[in-house]
Amino acid sequence: MTPAYAELCRRTKERDRSLHEKVMSLEDAAGLVPDGASVGIGGSTLSRTPIAMIWALIRAGRKDLHCIRSITSNEGELLFASGTSRHMLTSWFSQGIVWGVSRIMRLYTESGRARFEEWSHMAVGLRFRAGAMGVPFLPMRSMLGSDVIGQLPDARQMDCPFTGEKLVLVPALNPDFALIHVPRCDPYGNAQIDGLPFMDIDIAMAANSVILTTERIVSNDQIRRAPDRTKIPFLAVDAVVEAPFGAAPHECYGLYEPLFNHLDAYATRIREDPQESVRTYLERYFYAPKSWTEYLELLGLEELLDARRRGTGIYDD
Amino acid sequence: MTTDPSTGKPFARREQHSDRHAARPPDLTPMNPGPAAYSASELLAVMSARLLRDGQVVFAGVGIPLLAATLAQRLHAPGLTILFEGGVIGAFVEPGKLPPSTNEQRCTHRANMVLGSTDVLLLLQRGYVDIGFMGGAQIDQYGNLNSSFIGDPQGPRTRLPGSGGGNDIASLTQMIVAMKHEKRRFVRHVDFITSPGFLAGAESRREAGLRTGGMFRVVTDLGILGFEERSRRMELQALHPGVTVGQVTANTGFELPVAADLTITDPPRENELAALRNLDPDRLYTA
Repeated sequence: MTPAYAELCRRTKERDRSLHEKVMSLEDAAGLVPDGASVGIGGSTLSRTPIAMIWALIRAGRKDLHCIRSITSNEGELLFASGTSRHMLTSWFSQGIVWGVSRIMRLYTESGRARFEEWSHMAVGLRFRAGAMGVPFLPMRSMLGSDVIGQLPDARQMDCPFTGEKLVLVPALNPDFALIHVPRCDPYGNAQIDGLPFMDIDIAMAANSVILTTERIVSNDQIRRAPDRTKIPFLAVDAVVEAPFGAAPHECYGLYEPLFNHLDAYATRIREDPQESVRTYLERYFYAPKSWTEYLELLGLEELLDARRRGTGIYDD
Repeated sequence: MTTDPSTGKPFARREQHSDRHAARPPDLTPMNPGPAAYSASELLAVMSARLLRDGQVVFAGVGIPLLAATLAQRLHAPGLTILFEGGVIGAFVEPGKLPPSTNEQRCTHRANMVLGSTDVLLLLQRGYVDIGFMGGAQIDQYGNLNSSFIGDPQGPRTRLPGSGGGNDIASLTQMIVAMKHEKRRFVRHVDFITSPGFLAGAESRREAGLRTGGMFRVVTDLGILGFEERSRRMELQALHPGVTVGQVTANTGFELPVAADLTITDPPRENELAALRNLDPDRLYTA
């Protein structure tokens, strides 16, 4: 994932970077991602997780995606259990601290069926940043002395040529695809992000192809009225998919909070019988629905409205 | 996200996440003979909050650290600046709306700034942070923390959730750790150093290239631990009311020196407990 610089630039130059429409369906966007691709996933933990895109990739039967995310919640469990991914590069992996250690993550990693490649949170961030900067690595001062770095042949240590200090060098990540969920973007892919941006801008600029899902598609005129709000530029974006509640049951800043009842019920079932529960969950919520709308119907109007009320409440006193 | 905030067990009911609080009486375990009863995790939160000073910049993990930092902010340290790894500077978490991790919108309440997660972590490296504050699953006599593997990392008995920002925080700034005091958590050698303390003691942390930071205090439900100046070994510095040295050593998996000036902490005061329960009325973090 750290290609030669000339190859990185060649792949970028080959992309259509003109201001053109790139709106497509979830299914068509999923079709862009081949088996075995490396995929940077935006958001963090329960925030702006591109659930709709992950949902579509799992339904499409995609295999062996090499996934990278700053912090991985239960979408990682679903990627493992569906066989969509057997390799997650992340700094933390469980549904969330209030739900305890992930039984699915344990089941798959302890049996060697899947790999959880652990880097520090800042290391993941600097790897994406190096990728976005077009440099092969960045130096950093954490991970020294720990056992984390001992597990990572891809990380190097060196003495600084200027000061002689010990540094860790982390290699650039330039994933084949970035999957990023945003509150709004235009048909060209000018994306505006409210609230916490996490690593999404670096992931988008590092990736060789960017697939955006968005709560709603707005006009280019609307984008041009507030260009300071645009965080990901159209020229980096290859696909735009409108997916309302596209991060549910996770949250999208200022629009909806996590669907806690749903997540609690999921966690309870997984604790009781991880393998069987995740299978039935995937069947019910991922494979059975005919459309994203039908998936949202399964989540339930009451929960969605409650999440919406709590989510929009961030702007109220 | 950092490590287990000592309340390791799963804890998730609807009202704990909602802002519609169910008014149910808290289940309190009396820990002292005094007038105020409190749970072990409340004791942890109060005692670690007291260690934070007004004007400091603290990088707080989810759970007890987030709660204790917020408690300090509400009581003796109104000028405490709280950072979250989700990308928040100067948060002011709303009572009853505690976030499920430090990456959700609830963390941004009345903050001064939101920024990228890489950028907020870089504030540690740039030297802006006084205290890193997190929970711990397993700790050793030099303050090294493990949140990655129980057993052999090549074939672990248990794969834990991992570092999150824990390694970065512990590598780059002074640390306060809040955790339950149990023999299986206080071990001679951790199975895996996820977040570095003083490594093998003495000068080894510095020699590994970590030029700043290190363990400052470990706050448990039994007492407060510090680190000897030269050996960098953990030592018992204070006992909570009603706790004996024997109790502490019985719950510690290595030889624990006792500081010559061992003190007894003041029990949690009514105003501290009241403020704490106001922040976490549903006992999301203070089971």
